[in-house]
Amino acid sequence: MKIKVNDKEVELPDNTSITELLVVQNVKMPDMVSVELNGEILDRKAFETTVLKPGDKVEFLYFMGGGGEIAD
Amino acid sequence: MNLTEEQIERYSRHIILPEVGGKGQAKLLAGKVLIVGAGGLGSPAALYLAAAGVGTIGLIDADAVDLSNLQRQIIHATPDLGRPKVESATGKMRAINPDVALNGYPERLTAANALTILGDYDFVIDGTDNFPSKFLVADACHFARKPYSHAGILRFDGQTMTVIPGKTTCYRCIFSAPPPAGAVPSCSQAGVLGVLAGVLGCIQATEAIKFLLSIGDLLTNRLLVYNALKMKFRDVPLRRNRQCPLCGEHPSIIELRDEEAPVACDLRAGGRHTDRQES
Repeated sequence: MKIKVNDKEVELPDNTSITELLVVQNVKMPDMVSVELNGEILDRKAFETTVLKPGDKVEFLYFMGGGGEIAD
Repeated sequence: MNLTEEQIERYSRHIILPEVGGKGQAKLLAGKVLIVGAGGLGSPAALYLAAAGVGTIGLIDADAVDLSNLQRQIIHATPDLGRPKVESATGKMRAINPDVALNGYPERLTAANALTILGDYDFVIDGTDNFPSKFLVADACHFARKPYSHAGILRFDGQTMTVIPGKTTCYRCIFSAPPPAGAVPSCSQAGVLGVLAGVLGCIQATEAIKFLLSIGDLLTNRLLVYNALKMKFRDVPLRRNRQCPLCGEHPSIIELRDEEAPVACDLRAGGRHTDRQES
């Protein structure tokens, strides 16, 4: 199936969860990311149980501290 | 407020704009903006707001100017090394525009002083560089009902959004709490392109000016994401989060507190950055 991640089209196996998407997308520090699914911020606790559907739009929103001394 | 001859000349390029005019310039002169952090983001914001004739500008920062700041904190210069940032910055702002009343706070913004300080201002610019401070600004602005501009920068990326507390998506709608300390592996070496602070700080100043003038569309309910290498700006639409611990339906944060554990950087770098609020 095709979904969009940060406005880019991504091809994924059916029934991919948000947790799996974070792995596939090589997000090294999932704790540094908030996930928005189709315009709504997802509760972190729901990453595991939320399964993506074709056409979904996902945004990874990163914590950004400010001075370049915060995150890798 | 009647503008003097000198003010009419100084602000002529504003006044000639139909959206600003003499009335708008008078609004700016009556406006009060607080800048938290006289660092990378705060530097350009402070310079432009002073130049624009924002009548009262507050600047809070507990730090002194360090050599490694000068790559991006353009309000400070080499002869300022070791001087309190607030003093260094307000000196430049006064030189640009003696019209502006400047309030320097050479201290940290804390849960104890935030609401008192914020109370005197119309708009707040978050120019801090660490998560406890960013959350404190977001929370304090919520409780004081002060609109604010959030921004963050890292490496070649930046992001910013404007928040009207109680009305638009807030920082905690997106990031409910600071990241867990163990989540951030390396903090001292990530680096940042200095000019990135200028790009984002100028956007923050633009938002403050638009707010004071009541013109245009503020950067609310969207996160503006910028990548300098791709030279791309992208708008991520946001909605308020009903589960937001600050502004949601059942908020769990009901009073202003300092975020307790200093995150990642402070723990791993042995507290090196604990007293820094600038970017």
